[in-house]
Amino acid sequence: MAEAHGGHLAHHFDTAEQQFESGKLGMWIFLATEILLFGGLFCAYAVYRSSHPEIFLYAHRYLDKTLGAINTAVLICSSFTMAWAVRCAQLGRRKALVRLLAATIALAGCFLGIKYVEYEHKWKEGLLWGKRFHAKLEQPAAPAVAPLVRTPSVNPEERSLIAPAAEGPRGLAKPGQRPLWETGTGGPPKNVQTFFAVYFTMTGLHGIHVIAGMVLLTLMLLRARRGEFGPAYFTPVDLAGLYWHLVDLIWIYLFPLLYLIR
Amino acid sequence: MQVGSGTLSLGHDLVAALFGRAATQAGGGFWMPVQGSTGAAAVDRIFDLILWIAVFFFVLIVGLMVLFVVRYRRREGREDAEKSASHNTALEITWTVIPILIVIAIFAWGFKAYLDMNVAPANSYEVLVTGQKWKWLFTYANGHVDENLHVPVDVPVRLVMTSEDVIHGFYIPAFRLKRDVVPGRYVRIWFRAVKTGEYQIYCTQYCGTGHSDMWAKVIVHEPGGFERWLEEASDFLKRMSPAEAGERLYRTRGCAQCHTVDGTVGTGPTLSKLFGHQVALEGGKTVVTDENYVRESILEPQAKVVLGFQAVMPTFKGHLTDQEITAIIEYLKTLE
Amino acid sequence: MATNNPVFGAGEFGAGQNALGGDNYLSHGHGLKSWLLTLDHKRIGVMYLVSILASFFLGGIFALLIRTKLLTPGSSALMDANTYNQMFTLHGAVMIFLFIIPGIPAALGNFVLPLMLGAKDVAFPRLNLASYYMWVAGALLALLSIITGAVDTGWTFYTPYSTTTNTSVITMVAGVFVLGFSSIFTGLNFVVSIHKLRPEGMSWFRMPLFLWGLYGTAIIQIMATPVLGITLLLLIAERALGVGIFDPSLGGDPILFQHFFWFYSHPAVYIMILPAMGVISELVSVFSRKHIFGYKFIAFSSIAIAVISFLVWGHHMFVSGQSNLAGMIFSFLTFMVAIPSAVKVFNWVATMYKGSIWLATPMLYVLSFLFLFGIGGLTGLFLGALAVNVHLHDTYFVVAHFHYVMFGGTVIAFLGGMHYWWPKMFGRMYSELWGRIGALLVFVGFNTTFFTQFVMGSRGAPRRSYHYLPEFQSYHQLSTIGSYLLGVGLLVVAVNLVHALFRGRPAPANPWGGATLEWRTSSPPPHDNFTATPVAGDPYDVEAWAFDRQLGGFVPRAGGSGS
Repeated sequence: MAEAHGGHLAHHFDTAEQQFESGKLGMWIFLATEILLFGGLFCAYAVYRSSHPEIFLYAHRYLDKTLGAINTAVLICSSFTMAWAVRCAQLGRRKALVRLLAATIALAGCFLGIKYVEYEHKWKEGLLWGKRFHAKLEQPAAPAVAPLVRTPSVNPEERSLIAPAAEGPRGLAKPGQRPLWETGTGGPPKNVQTFFAVYFTMTGLHGIHVIAGMVLLTLMLLRARRGEFGPAYFTPVDLAGLYWHLVDLIWIYLFPLLYLIR
Repeated sequence: MQVGSGTLSLGHDLVAALFGRAATQAGGGFWMPVQGSTGAAAVDRIFDLILWIAVFFFVLIVGLMVLFVVRYRRREGREDAEKSASHNTALEITWTVIPILIVIAIFAWGFKAYLDMNVAPANSYEVLVTGQKWKWLFTYANGHVDENLHVPVDVPVRLVMTSEDVIHGFYIPAFRLKRDVVPGRYVRIWFRAVKTGEYQIYCTQYCGTGHSDMWAKVIVHEPGGFERWLEEASDFLKRMSPAEAGERLYRTRGCAQCHTVDGTVGTGPTLSKLFGHQVALEGGKTVVTDENYVRESILEPQAKVVLGFQAVMPTFKGHLTDQEITAIIEYLKTLE
Repeated sequence: MATNNPVFGAGEFGAGQNALGGDNYLSHGHGLKSWLLTLDHKRIGVMYLVSILASFFLGGIFALLIRTKLLTPGSSALMDANTYNQMFTLHGAVMIFLFIIPGIPAALGNFVLPLMLGAKDVAFPRLNLASYYMWVAGALLALLSIITGAVDTGWTFYTPYSTTTNTSVITMVAGVFVLGFSSIFTGLNFVVSIHKLRPEGMSWFRMPLFLWGLYGTAIIQIMATPVLGITLLLLIAERALGVGIFDPSLGGDPILFQHFFWFYSHPAVYIMILPAMGVISELVSVFSRKHIFGYKFIAFSSIAIAVISFLVWGHHMFVSGQSNLAGMIFSFLTFMVAIPSAVKVFNWVATMYKGSIWLATPMLYVLSFLFLFGIGGLTGLFLGALAVNVHLHDTYFVVAHFHYVMFGGTVIAFLGGMHYWWPKMFGRMYSELWGRIGALLVFVGFNTTFFTQFVMGSRGAPRRSYHYLPEFQSYHQLSTIGSYLLGVGLLVVAVNLVHALFRGRPAPANPWGGATLEWRTSSPPPHDNFTATPVAGDPYDVEAWAFDRQLGGFVPRAGGSGS
């Protein structure tokens, strides 16, 4: 019976390997449930975006792409530090493990800080969900069809770099239908608050998961400081890492879907 | 026929139920109400088919089960099972494939009839149906609003339906017709009544306290009768005195569901002795219940809510004309 | 509690056939704390059993009150319309979320699964205990809502009614959300246990079918419940924050709620029936003294049902405003999902062929199940056919259909399983006479209550109706009489089982002659389940066991090793 330093083989398992594999399988199943939880929201996003693309096209411009991109980079870094931390646990490098866990938590805090800045802006402007929406909306942006303009890097005005065709592809639009960014009345589309309902529920639920992850990683950090993890027993760090990667992955999907609509 | 009307007729009913037709135009059968529309007969035919199949398989399964219990009962000298195979692939495939074919047939027939149900003929007469807590309202081509659905016999009628508040379910059992009405969108169904008479309309989607009171009737007129009725009914404001017209509006336009006229308290205050008094409001103020107050309460009900009641009255803006509101006010004046 | 049965050899049975008075899981550790903080799956199973049966009783009281009101068609002094609406909502919510979804997996599965695997516990015992406490927390929240303003939306919480009514929807929905976690973690525990804790010699196709049933159930619990979770969160957000996602005046879609809700709630009904089918597979083999017929088809059909169940949710919404195409697809798939269930029924009846049918109480429940689930399943054919569904939807026909499958199916199988495993769990035999009387009363009472409702429904009686037209009164009265009879039957069942706990004859290790591994340890089992880990063989080799008259139970047949 293999006993690990700080670990313990439960009486109902025959080998440490069986115990470790069971834990891993259990964690992957839990991650599957998380994907399905968010799946419902992605589904709501798909339904509303396909039925009212003009709302999404118009409203997403109120999101700050730069902050969103920074947050994406922050989370990707945190996944990197997390993976490195798991490796250190496997190698028994306690000090590095502790530092990397701390770095992951710090980066997560940074993510939440930036999100706070974004949320505060929305709150002040009244760009909120459903009943709480009370923003003054500006006119929609100029149409995306433009003469050939070459800008070196980032494309701030979303003008297509492809020369306009004589007649654009029909896509899903019916003939005679106006381009999506034109709303007929010349004003912003109706029900802009739908976008923000989707935005806040998706990023809000994600944010709750980030906070939960920070709590989990703090617990891991405290245990790591006590020297509980080593080559023979690093399961909790491994499993926490899996959870953290999922949290990162979900954001990587959220960012383009919410911030980079065109 | 109702259960309990005599054992002999119950036995007769059971046989008819299992092996006879679900219903006819003349009268209902054991399982179904009368066939009031062309669509009803189509649905009943499929129902009968499924009934036959279900009874067959049920008798087969339970019959074999009972047979085996009797034949293979455990008893003295027969403690163990006889030797037999624990699987038989050919048999198992057979009893998988045959049911698949049967259900595909049922599906196909059900789907076809469903499509027929959903595509109205081009020359249908259109009636607008509105569901609201807790009343069905029917708006006819000339703008007349009634609490019942009047239709001519043998003419395709198309219903365009919506809800004012929550989801309701519009159901006419005699026509085998049902559709949920949803706020914010219009749904369409159609039928062609084959027999004059009155048929029941229910609400089938739970919608609150008065859900099971949300009843109405389909009244199928003989040829010519519908037009006569419509003309007469539309004229009620001209024909009746304002107070009489107001009473009719009270009964048929959704007021009676929440406001009584006999003093009992409902979802809303009783209308008896309401007019021309001081009442206390939620929020501390008081008001005199004069013509302006009544009009405001109908058009903007959340503005002045009587003390002790919830602010749940829907607005009737766009649903009642000024003339109709005046008639209601005149009616209230008579309730002293 | 001295037993007067002979000790049967020290070998596999360790302490002997019956362990009452000796060391067993019930006597291992005393005091409240040893129960409340236990990690023993058997004790957790017993705690679940008590809790969910209490919920069943509560839901049943609501049902009897509803049926009593329905004796008369008009207003009743017994309760007003609002109270009635709250009562049918609570009946549904309590029965579904507190009783039947945890149901067989939590109460019987927790006890039996590790034993059937020859294991010492489930994969994650602490998670198991946590799941139980999540059940308790969720149940308390849900029941709290009764006091703060009992919900009246129906257990389906359709928007916009549920987002605008002024009853305690949030409290109830929060309770259901927490209960969902209990369900998810139970499923997770079972999947990992079945994958990782199977003993040497127990390949997938040497596993008892009860475990296949629990596995299929667990897959659904894991995949579907999170969708309910997000649905309920959105409902709470809509009510509390006015998010607007289901509100047409804010650009939302109330039908979206129905899609989300049924995406979970349809697979949920298979969470209810798959374990029940697993129980029936065990019982029909043991009480026909014969190997189960068509093992592989039954095993595969559990998985087929689990998979296809995710694809049929729209059949609850044929009249809600779906497109014709969606209606067609859902109707077709609904008919397809019926096939594996039908196949199982044929397999069970074929198992009885040339068997030696023993009409002990558990077998009476098997026969009941075949009859009642047969009707329930066949009436599903009416509802799956689009054109007929339009007429029958939201009428009493649907109410009868789902009671036939949920009660006539799941609850009957649950009762059968309880009577089957009761001697193992508590070391006592109950009175066969009263067990049979109870089974018969339940059968007759149930049919009287619910068959009439098929007829009422097809004649047009809508469901959830406080008032009804007088033409339906005799149907309602017959149904109510049936419900009282059903209540009496269940009371007889309960008294018989509880009485056995105190006065029952001590049970042998294998009173019924089952060949699955739980019968290879004493009744009740020791704390660690087995004194010597049994070797897994064919779980349906019931012919390897013979009845020993003196013992009053089954022993390995002479010349065989019992495996």
